[in-house]
Amino acid sequence: MAITNPGSKMNDSWVGIQRGQRVRPWAWLVEKGIFLVSLSAILMIFLIFVFVAREALPIFLGQVSTASGQKVIPVADMEKLTPAELQAYLGLTPRQYAEMDTDTKRTLMEVKIEELKGISKDPDTALNTVAWRQMIFGHQWSGYPAPVYIWQPVSEVQKYNIIPLLLGSLKATLVALLFSVPLSLGAAIYVSQLANPRVREWLKPMIELLAGIPSVVLGFFGLIVLATVLQKVFGYQSRLNAFVAGIALGLAIIPGVFSIAEDALTSVPRTYTQAALALGSSRWQAAWQIVLPAAIPGVFAAVVLGFGRAIGETMVVLMASGNASIVSWNIFDSARTMTATIAAEMAEAVVGGTHYRILFMLGTLLFVVTFVANLAGDLVIHRLKRRLEGKSA
Amino acid sequence: MKSLFQKLSFVAAGLALATSTHAADITVKGSDTLVVLAQKWAEVYMGQHADVKIQVTGGGSGVGFAALQNQTTDIADASRPIKPAEKAACIKAFNKVPTEYKVAVDGLSVYVNDANPVKELTLTNLHGIFTGAIKNWKEVGGKDAPITVYSRENSSGTYEFFKEHVLNKDDFAASAQTMPGTALLLQSISKDKNGIGYGGAAYGSGARAIGVKKDAASPAVEPTETTVLNQTYPIWRYLYNYVNPALDKDAVHAYLTWIRSAAGQKVVKEVGYYALPADLQTK
Repeated sequence: MAITNPGSKMNDSWVGIQRGQRVRPWAWLVEKGIFLVSLSAILMIFLIFVFVAREALPIFLGQVSTASGQKVIPVADMEKLTPAELQAYLGLTPRQYAEMDTDTKRTLMEVKIEELKGISKDPDTALNTVAWRQMIFGHQWSGYPAPVYIWQPVSEVQKYNIIPLLLGSLKATLVALLFSVPLSLGAAIYVSQLANPRVREWLKPMIELLAGIPSVVLGFFGLIVLATVLQKVFGYQSRLNAFVAGIALGLAIIPGVFSIAEDALTSVPRTYTQAALALGSSRWQAAWQIVLPAAIPGVFAAVVLGFGRAIGETMVVLMASGNASIVSWNIFDSARTMTATIAAEMAEAVVGGTHYRILFMLGTLLFVVTFVANLAGDLVIHRLKRRLEGKSA
Repeated sequence: MKSLFQKLSFVAAGLALATSTHAADITVKGSDTLVVLAQKWAEVYMGQHADVKIQVTGGGSGVGFAALQNQTTDIADASRPIKPAEKAACIKAFNKVPTEYKVAVDGLSVYVNDANPVKELTLTNLHGIFTGAIKNWKEVGGKDAPITVYSRENSSGTYEFFKEHVLNKDDFAASAQTMPGTALLLQSISKDKNGIGYGGAAYGSGARAIGVKKDAASPAVEPTETTVLNQTYPIWRYLYNYVNPALDKDAVHAYLTWIRSAAGQKVVKEVGYYALPADLQTK
């Protein structure tokens, strides 16, 4: 109020008194409180990372092995084993062993034999499939004519190659960015620089309204409508693919990218445009050649955030990408992303088992990828800002 | 503020009621295939027995076994038999092998688009198609068009069953598209002229179930109640309930007995699965 009525003397003096006063204790408290809240946000991110990474740690350290080489011991030989041998064979803790009676141990031995006999004669069962070599490079499994990249975790020989998933995530994200960045940037330039105020009034909220659509609805839209329409237009074979998922994903990230880019463009001082117009440039030239370059750091930040959102989005890709784990750069082939894999497979993974740990490893990987992308984005923005301010060459 | 407290106390009271050691509280957890049926059973049974409360959740057969082993559920629903490793885990947890009850029969149908001229396939054909060895419809008597294979997520019991009984444990083709649910799978096939997929009979609408032949010489059999129950249709399975033997008494036992009785099996038919053969039913 005081600032909007500069003419009133009473208000002016009131402002003066405010300025001269010492800081009130509650203001100090509020300030520290806000500081604590922001600190807790950082702590929270750190803790999330620690917990996710902890579950995946045995994979990173190579402590997990899927290789099986246990020999079958007939139930009749149970008496011949020493307690320590029996305990190790049945995989019991000392306490479980002490508390269990002989009959139960006998039943457990029978079950163990059943389990060991269930393992197929496939030579690959002796192989540790969660070694990095098997997870990153192609491997020629028995029965396959050539080395292949296979993600097939529920199988006689569990195959955990992460390349198809990485590729799937990258493909869908790339399509999403290629589709949404030009559109949202164009919209941002138009809304902030060229549109007349009346149009801007309703256009901006309309685009931002897209952010309110739940991703599961977008996914469903992709699955039912987009997939059919795009297949008719482009005539490719597989109805659900990285392209459909990417377009639906693009719809999800447009409002975010648009909002930030529009803010960045609007915050370029009006004097820039006015100077350009005064020198005889058209509105379009001013927007394209003066305002956009000045706002580049913000625009870049918008794109990086869009990338983070796209690679982390789950529901849209789960529904619209087809989820086939194949290695192919063709965007019209179906793709399986890391996020969709985690969402689809976590429910059945045995807690603490190999599959479970691998899924957490994928989560860690995603975290690292988005973190590095954001960090790199930040660095580039800083550099651009300094260059624009003329601080370095 | 007061109303907030009131609301909170209501919620607290509700929670206390729900968690109180009611004489007949039964929790059921497990297979997503069975969840619709299990809910229907619970609904009908609770209607007849006002003192019994049954809570049903899905999540997958493996989730059910994990809960059984942690003793956080009374009954585990499963669309596949228990695995030795899960059995061992249960023995370690409560010194007993869980009791197995067969509760219903499910025929897995193979679905194709309505416009597809192919009417029947042998099990060998299916093996070839789903492992990726057969890539074109003309190899199995259809039009010259590439086959799009639709599969289920590997967390579903249906996936494991199909892999074991039709693929003989071989891997699915990498190019198989996986769908998060049978309904979505059918939705996709009904929109894809060259699609093929599999799913429980309970969901069978929108696309056409195909006739399956045991081998080239035998006749093609379509999945119907008669063919599944007399076991001429080759792709069928039992659906199971597992229970800790120590808990298999009183209300839980009465409920499990009712499920397998004629009254319980009537519900099975309403939901779209097949009733147990007479010799497995309780009187």
